[in-house]
Amino acid sequence: MSTLAMSASRGWIEILMFLRDRTAVIFTFFFPALLLLLFGTIFGSESTGSGVAVSRVFTASMIAYGILNTAFVTMGAGLAMDREDGTLKRLRGTPMPATAYLIGKALLVLALSVAEAAVLILLGVLVFDMPLPADAAHWLTFGWIFLLAVIACSMLGVAVSGLVKNARNAGAILNVPVVALQFVSGVFIHPMSQLPDWLENVASLFPVRWMAQGFRYVFLPDEAQAGEIGGTWQLGTVAMALGVWCVIGLVLCLVTFRWSGRDK
Amino acid sequence: MGGLMVGGDAAAVEVRDVVVRYGDTTAVGGVSLRLPRGRVLALLGHNGAGKTSLLQVCEGFRRPDGGQARVLGLDPVGDHDALMPRLGIMLQSGGVYPWATAGEILRLFASFAANPLDTDMLLDRLGLRKFERTRFRRLSGGEQQRLSLAVALVGRPELVFLDEPTAGMDTEARHTTWQLIEELRADGVSVLLTTHLLDEAERLADDVVIMRAGLVAATGTPAELTSAAGIDVLEVRADPGLDLTGLRAGRTVTETSAGEYAITGSLDTAGLAEVLAWFARVGADVTAVNTRRRTLEDVYLSLTTQTPVGAAQ
Repeated sequence: MSTLAMSASRGWIEILMFLRDRTAVIFTFFFPALLLLLFGTIFGSESTGSGVAVSRVFTASMIAYGILNTAFVTMGAGLAMDREDGTLKRLRGTPMPATAYLIGKALLVLALSVAEAAVLILLGVLVFDMPLPADAAHWLTFGWIFLLAVIACSMLGVAVSGLVKNARNAGAILNVPVVALQFVSGVFIHPMSQLPDWLENVASLFPVRWMAQGFRYVFLPDEAQAGEIGGTWQLGTVAMALGVWCVIGLVLCLVTFRWSGRDK
Repeated sequence: MGGLMVGGDAAAVEVRDVVVRYGDTTAVGGVSLRLPRGRVLALLGHNGAGKTSLLQVCEGFRRPDGGQARVLGLDPVGDHDALMPRLGIMLQSGGVYPWATAGEILRLFASFAANPLDTDMLLDRLGLRKFERTRFRRLSGGEQQRLSLAVALVGRPELVFLDEPTAGMDTEARHTTWQLIEELRADGVSVLLTTHLLDEAERLADDVVIMRAGLVAATGTPAELTSAAGIDVLEVRADPGLDLTGLRAGRTVTETSAGEYAITGSLDTAGLAEVLAWFARVGADVTAVNTRRRTLEDVYLSLTTQTPVGAAQ
């Protein structure tokens, strides 16, 4: 059987397993949605300096958080779990190549990320009256930012999974960088200019800032770019930053990937 | 064992001086063994004797810290991709999606094989058909084991590694599994299994390797291992209170209870004839004769509990 077909059957079982694990479904989809509803409701009536409702800014930025959840956390925790409970080892003892394993996981992550983005966008539209972009150019931009973000976050998740010593703690460990980056990358606190300069600079080294900024470009009116650092969307930098993180993630994956847990 | 290693086609498994260490602990301390094609070899030993570690080297899950392993003539680590389609591996536990059903799991692993067995047939053979739609975590230990075995066999392997294949199975499932392993052997499949069940080793294995504390304590066919010492004890029932002096040359004779005589010592064919001739000579009325030989269990227990490893080899 071809690697492609093996990847497909791997992806299918991954998605099936995810859907049957209710805790994972609830945590992955409802938690970001809940945060969006809370933040959007609490600050919803306010407007940013450029006159855009804060709830809309949240909706756009929260897509970045959603992807961190579905790509980085799902990949990292899933891999740590597969490694600890012997799933990876058992699969290693079959003709299935490593690529089919990772593609299977990637299919899960992609499906979850698409669903997550859809849920958040739908909430934004239904609850906070966020208009969807009307032109193809914005959707095209959404497409490449979304893909680069999913790829970079997934690969970083794979890399970080190697640091997790006990799979039960994976979710907690992986959420430390996730939550910290939400606060400094303009997701929970926007505009970022409220942060000290050095923190702004540190946050700009990580992909989350660029993901959130890119999604704000897609879903906010053009005048909202005044709220960004430098006052423009900087789509070129978004592409470059996410592209670089994809490469860094790939290298880290290749260097750190292990089939089994540490020997006892 | 050196002489066995030269010449011929590549053995199913050939292990030479393999050492496995976990930090400061030596799990396998230099083991050599050979499994020719189409035979069944049982690695017998207590928990912690090094069986699973040795198996992991053969399966390519870890590189040996010393020595080398060849599986179907290939390096289990370096030639992993070429080897895997030809192997069936049954792990002791874990590694199966807990929320997947038995049918889904078997079909997933079948999808990895170039020419898989019919999954329905396998489910039927292993008595798993009624659990086809049962999720893995709802299966009993024995049912999980049977599914694990099915997963190892679904790709039509040339060589299977079975780590304690019948652990947790009930008697019926155990016998089904034994039958299946015998059929595999009849089909020319080579089998390397670990077990601590002596009847399992005795029934299934062409060759037995007894491991103790990471070393080979003894090796041979079950018959060789059990009959190496010939007949251990001759029990004779005859008239009570016989004067045994004439019988004692080169033998130990005791009257264990009235009319029950236990004789040990030189008990080859000529020795047996001498003993019975003596009873005839003294005019005793022999009503029962029984010989006892060592069972694999006797051998196993003597090797794994008392005798120093060096002396046992």
